[in-house]
Amino acid sequence: MSAANWLRSGEPMIWLNAAAVSMCVIAVVGLVGLLAVRGFGHFWPSQIVQGTIVSGESRTAVMGEAVDKVSVLGEQLREAGFILEGNSEFFDRTLLKQGNRDVYGSDFVWIIDEQMKDNAVPFNALVVERMEWGNLYGFLETIRSQGNVIADYTTDPDKAWAILQREVKKIIAIREDIYSLERVEIGHINHAMEGLRLQQRGHELKGALSPATQADLAAQRATLNKQYKALQGELQQLYQSMSGIEYTVALADGRKVELPLDKVVRAYRPNAMGIFAKSGLYLERLWEFLSAEPREANTEGGVFPAIFGTVMMVLLMSIIVTPFGVIAAVYLREYAKQGFITRTIRIAVNNLAGVPSIVYGVFGLGFFVYFVGGELDQLLFPAALPSPTFGTPGLMWASLTLALLTLPVVIVATEEGLARIPKSLREGSLALGATRAETLWRVVLPMASPAMMTGLILAVARAAGEVAPLMLVGVVKLAPSLPVDGNYPFIHLDQKFMHLGFHIYDVGFQSPNVEAARPLVYATALLLVGLIALLNLTAVAMRNRLRERYKSLDT
Amino acid sequence: MQHHSIDISALNRPQSAGTQEAQTALAVEGLNLFYDEDSQALHDIDLDIQKKRVTAFIGPSGCGKSSLLRCFNRMNDLVDGCKVKGKILLEGENIYAPEVDVAGLRRRIGMVFQKPNPFPKSIYENVAYGLRIQGIRKKRLLDEAVEKSLRSAALWDEVKDRLDDSALGLSGGQQQRLVIARTIAVEPEVLLLDEPASALDPISTLKIEELINELKSRFTIVIVTHNMQQAARVSDMTAFMYMGKLIEFDSTDKLFTNPARKQTEDYITGRYG
Repeated sequence: MSAANWLRSGEPMIWLNAAAVSMCVIAVVGLVGLLAVRGFGHFWPSQIVQGTIVSGESRTAVMGEAVDKVSVLGEQLREAGFILEGNSEFFDRTLLKQGNRDVYGSDFVWIIDEQMKDNAVPFNALVVERMEWGNLYGFLETIRSQGNVIADYTTDPDKAWAILQREVKKIIAIREDIYSLERVEIGHINHAMEGLRLQQRGHELKGALSPATQADLAAQRATLNKQYKALQGELQQLYQSMSGIEYTVALADGRKVELPLDKVVRAYRPNAMGIFAKSGLYLERLWEFLSAEPREANTEGGVFPAIFGTVMMVLLMSIIVTPFGVIAAVYLREYAKQGFITRTIRIAVNNLAGVPSIVYGVFGLGFFVYFVGGELDQLLFPAALPSPTFGTPGLMWASLTLALLTLPVVIVATEEGLARIPKSLREGSLALGATRAETLWRVVLPMASPAMMTGLILAVARAAGEVAPLMLVGVVKLAPSLPVDGNYPFIHLDQKFMHLGFHIYDVGFQSPNVEAARPLVYATALLLVGLIALLNLTAVAMRNRLRERYKSLDT
Repeated sequence: MQHHSIDISALNRPQSAGTQEAQTALAVEGLNLFYDEDSQALHDIDLDIQKKRVTAFIGPSGCGKSSLLRCFNRMNDLVDGCKVKGKILLEGENIYAPEVDVAGLRRRIGMVFQKPNPFPKSIYENVAYGLRIQGIRKKRLLDEAVEKSLRSAALWDEVKDRLDDSALGLSGGQQQRLVIARTIAVEPEVLLLDEPASALDPISTLKIEELINELKSRFTIVIVTHNMQQAARVSDMTAFMYMGKLIEFDSTDKLFTNPARKQTEDYITGRYG
């Protein structure tokens, strides 16, 4: 076949199309794969290596996890003052997570492979995840309670290990008790106290603070104070019971450190673990990532508050945007006279979809937060002033801002859906004596519901991934509590919240410990992608059910 | 098709009611219909539709027969820029008077369209739709009305076991009978049928025609049809329209056997149209 004929046959176009599709698929699979490998590999308990860095005369013993490996030009290293024996052009460098930030000052160290001698994988290497200062790597020596040695790993490792695990388990249980006491019970009391303060202030503002009410409030406050004292005592006891146990660890360079056990989250010996033990630990750490709160400036722990905040915000946004968008679309399509003005409005709505999201953020801050929120505070919460209730960025304003941002998509999709409904069905309903409103409500809107869901799906996809405007209207890097709790009114729309998208930015670019945070950036990104996919799939499933139910007559 | 040898044997069937005692259900007086400033669809129509009779409108495409039909229940109101001059009297009252409740009027004058248009709901809900609109919620009343309407539309035996299934699963002919059932469920006085069988196969068409014969004892029926044999078979009175004008209006017997106007004769013998 001649080239001209081949061109005419349309074959090249098919190849081109196939190539474009393959590119897209490869890009998506590659992205998700990269995120999965880099992010979720982080939770696998990796091998601990030990060795000595030999550089000229100096010898430094190191131990840790190999995290990354890169090739560097030898010349570059020599210029930087490294003494290298070999004369190859490139040298491999390994990034070693040596931990023990409290001792060494930094968790990570770059090692030129050639300088690393006496490599070993010590069976007894211990990893301790801690509440503070990151991981500890070393060799367990003794465990002491109130100053007395209760176990010695060097003489009886099995017994010492069992005791360590038992004590850690106890510590974790106590920590959970403390958490629930502080967050739930003391939280309740604080909430009630704040309520009383606001009541009193409210009465004062009205100038109607009678001695009777004052006494009443004081009495209530006294009861709360008493409860608080009791809880405080309990708390003190719990803290007491945690302390007093210490463990001694020999570091790679021979130094010995003695640390309190009450900061330990988890202790394990990766080199001594089999594949099943490792898998168990992997799942445990993965679950911690999904369900726990972050610690250490978000570089450790979990992202649960961010997941929760993202879902909450998207749900609220959907609840706000759907009725508004649908009502606007119904008016534009069904009631408004089609003419210059409706055309202008339609163009304006479509253009609204193209406005950069940060502009919505600025608008949300200026209009919702400062203007609407400020007025609301004056009207409804004067007692709390000058500290703002709604006059400050929060969940409600973030949801509203995003609802505004996604409004055009919902309007356009709904309008298209309304336009697609056959005229014959409207006429059928009208001919039975239904009014326009009844026809709309009973026939047109149900049939347009799949289109509304399409709009909502697009809106969710856009809103869940949006970060820039949220930074202005309610997202913070660390929220003290979830926006939903057991205190009245249970959903706190005025509270600031965490968001996965912002979390990625914060952990990845605002973190003091970039190396430690990097895997979490991948993991969080994958989580965000997964969450958006999940929200979308839910909406798609709902739409398909609606479609099946209201599939229209003409195909 | 052989228009010359039209089968008018159906005309010899006995008339259900004597022609002499016919009462007027709808009276059209000097009706003009404009779709916009300079396109007039109907010109000075004067016509009396008799009660409990079947009146057929025939004529070539675009002659205005459907437009006239849609004037009876004010469906033309939905068309932008549509204007009506003249009167249509239902029981002596002008349906174009400003104080008329259009939804109420459409309850009294039901309409069945060319293409079956059941709602994407269950068979039961389709029939109950008009009643629900009227605010009837009692299950017993609805059940009775649904059964009665489906029986009247000769559909009950076919669907009684699957009332909760989607109406869209029915065949075209069944759908059209369902739409008729839906329309008669609200007990209208007049039934407007806009080419009700044109989208159906011959068997379904036959069923619809039988149904029309059944229903005419209870309703005043006005039917628009393209099919002259159908008009001859089902109607008592026939109006021939051409270019927006009513050319001839007479009893079906007379119009098909001995038309007064040359135009009518040309049309029914197939010389144009």
